Amino acid sequence: MTAQPTDIATYNFAYLDEQTKRMIRRAILKGIAIPGYQVPFASREMPMPYGWGTGGVQVTASIIGPDDVLKVIDQGADDTTNAVSIRAFFKKVANVAVTTETAKATIIQTRHRIPEHPLTAGQVLVYQVPIPEPLRFLEPRETETRKMHALEEYGLMHVKLYEDIARHGRIATTYAYPVKVEGRYVMDPSPTPKFDNPKMHRSPALQLFGAGREKRIYALPPFTDVVSLDFEDHPFEVQTFDQPCALCAAENVYLDEVILDDHGGYMFVCSDTDHCEKRREQGHRGHLAPESPLEKTEPAQ
Amino acid sequence: MYVAVKGGEAAIANAHALLADRRRGDRSVPALRLDQIVEQLALGVDRVMSEGSLYDRELAALAIVQARGDMIEAIFLVRAYRTTLPRFGYTKAIDTGAMLVERRVSATYKDLPGGQLLGPTFDYTHRLLDPELAAGGDVAEPLQRASEAEAMPRVSAILAREGLIEPDGDMPQDHIPGDITREPLEFPMARDIRLQALSRGDEGFLLALGYSTQRGYARNHPFVGEVRIGEVELELDVPELPFAVPLGSVRVTECQMVNQFKGSAKAPQFTRGYGLVFGQSERKAMAMALCDRALRATEFGEDVVAAAQDEEFVISHSDNVQATGFVEHLKLPHYVDFQAELDLVRRMRAEHDARENAGRAEEKREAAE
Amino acid sequence: MDIATQAIEGGFADPVFDAQTVFRAVMDAMARPGTLQPLPVFARPPAPLSATAGAIALALCDNDTPLWLDLVLQPPAAIKSWLGFHTGAPLANTPADAHFALIATPAEMMALDGFSQGTQDYPDRSTTLILQVSDLVSGAPLLLEGPGIETTATIAPAQMPRHFVEQWKQNNQRFPRGVDIILATPEGVACLPRTTRIKTMEA
Repeated sequence: MTAQPTDIATYNFAYLDEQTKRMIRRAILKGIAIPGYQVPFASREMPMPYGWGTGGVQVTASIIGPDDVLKVIDQGADDTTNAVSIRAFFKKVANVAVTTETAKATIIQTRHRIPEHPLTAGQVLVYQVPIPEPLRFLEPRETETRKMHALEEYGLMHVKLYEDIARHGRIATTYAYPVKVEGRYVMDPSPTPKFDNPKMHRSPALQLFGAGREKRIYALPPFTDVVSLDFEDHPFEVQTFDQPCALCAAENVYLDEVILDDHGGYMFVCSDTDHCEKRREQGHRGHLAPESPLEKTEPAQ
Repeated sequence: MYVAVKGGEAAIANAHALLADRRRGDRSVPALRLDQIVEQLALGVDRVMSEGSLYDRELAALAIVQARGDMIEAIFLVRAYRTTLPRFGYTKAIDTGAMLVERRVSATYKDLPGGQLLGPTFDYTHRLLDPELAAGGDVAEPLQRASEAEAMPRVSAILAREGLIEPDGDMPQDHIPGDITREPLEFPMARDIRLQALSRGDEGFLLALGYSTQRGYARNHPFVGEVRIGEVELELDVPELPFAVPLGSVRVTECQMVNQFKGSAKAPQFTRGYGLVFGQSERKAMAMALCDRALRATEFGEDVVAAAQDEEFVISHSDNVQATGFVEHLKLPHYVDFQAELDLVRRMRAEHDARENAGRAEEKREAAE
Repeated sequence: MDIATQAIEGGFADPVFDAQTVFRAVMDAMARPGTLQPLPVFARPPAPLSATAGAIALALCDNDTPLWLDLVLQPPAAIKSWLGFHTGAPLANTPADAHFALIATPAEMMALDGFSQGTQDYPDRSTTLILQVSDLVSGAPLLLEGPGIETTATIAPAQMPRHFVEQWKQNNQRFPRGVDIILATPEGVACLPRTTRIKTMEA
């Protein structure tokens, strides 16, 4: 005998109810109007755990429409399990078109990376944010950090960065590197590598940040000044890699280190899988690239 | 040659299939029915309703079986469903004084109006595993007698008549209770908001914090004025109707903790700690009451010296759905960030080694001279 | 048509997708100040509340957002009951309590600083003003710059508030506090978030 599903539990269209969407939409508008300021919002429980991108999912669910084309990446890749899972969620609840191609997407939800392909006007980049408060690890209390933002009192952050220099000879922050927005709010860019920070500066795309567990939304409108904090004698610099991508030979992109064997063999490949595949389609070959062109990965429709 | 790993979608689908298989287990064993869980694992159902903030036994039972008995996972399932439900309104505050009581004990009085009612408690069971239960033996019907319909005033009300305990909350008349599921938390918070957060807070977390107050980390000299468990009526005010509409009843556990009052110029009187949860859970209601009292430290001019008194600390970390999510999310890929750290450590290591080598070379040179 | 019928009719035909379309237009307008984001007619509110302003209210307002109506919109009972029926938004007791303000005659409106400006701790707790204007070309030209604008943008909204440029400069100076403006025209929406600076105003 096959058990029939009962009508014991049913869910609304697009998962979020309309009242929740309105609440989130209002928060997004405030976020855009006050770039870098974290707008508190009544984050809902989502059908995926806190930490899996509930903030980003709520933001995407609130802005997405039937004409949108969605791309979801995690660590720069479209095929990491959680990216696959979130993409499948939106296909299921919003019946929306999906893509892996950065240029074709109208909404890109991301965890930990900004795509290598330059974003354009009309695109929205939605970041999943674990800890939105850039001062949180310096001051655990919300009551205190809120005051610091209100008074534009960011000395603590500079002290932290300076202590880094004293101890390590350099600023030892490599990801979630704090930025100052339009000369006012210090903002956490989410745990993207600092390599990606310059891409945020005056991007033509709208950038929205959702932190579900911490119940904050913030935003960077297009063409907004985003400056990584630094010191005159220790200017901000991004990571550089000594070798190009082993598959597509790209330089000046962010690379993942892949362990090849247990004898210390490793190689570096593009973290942005779409970028890497596009380059290989165009005939670029790295020194470890397979002979035959790679099969293209499209998410199942 | 290297080919990157692909096929996340298939892997996820297969994992779900395997999960479904493991959940069902040996097919020769009959599948659990929800009514079996509702009836026979009732306290588990109660915990899921309480921390899931949704009073629905059947859904809670479904969540428990779907979660393979993982209570936090079940609570999460219920929360994620609850959040999609439309909000029709807010009931009137329940009157626990008018509760149809099944259990009621007071530690502060030997006897009191309405009496002490042990009810269905583990308290005096000898914790000996019961082979008869394992064999599925019949259970005799309990003894029943007609209710005496004696009023059962709350102990706090008895104390209040003498002015020996502080009044029951001092919210202004026009105060509209907040709703933590509809508004973002803000610190410091009003007590109504805090109590909501505690009521859905993790039982284990509140238990440990409550325990810590007893061991001297913000000791507040608690007495269980009363614990009562039973059914209370729910009523909804509808603007179009001249009377409140009865909606049915829910089972709750309430704990009124009577605590010592320290300091201040006010007349000496006891203070309160309050706990209220869905279903039957004395442990949770009592732990909540201890935490509530500890968190009122600032209100009474007490020094905040312990974790249980620290509102931001307690409330920000009491939600087990949030906590489990953020702890467990560490297993998601972080290799982009790790790469950034790896790069930094390698560079710093290289510099360190260079310095060491230079130092050793210097030592050698000096020794040779 | 009696008020009861007027109150019920003229809402979104498709609440989910209409609200999403209107919101996206407002979001894009807020993200790119000075651009007109076109909107079809989704709502038919009682006059003098415009279709665009009405649609924005339906998309963004509900019982969590006290609403302020200007002197022209306050008297008609039909408007209050239409907004009440479709959004559930309560009317704000004072402009400073309002999350949103609907302004049918911006030229006559009270000063911007009479609305909620938010606080230094919570600058988001400010009033968003929805101004009905007939177009973005026939008024005094405003040269805009700031976040969301690559270099500069120019709009010339009609019927703007008195001393608007001076009032807006003061609004800028209150940053991060301040009000944000949504301009509702028959063709669509444009926005002036508090970060937008009006560079010069030609005569």
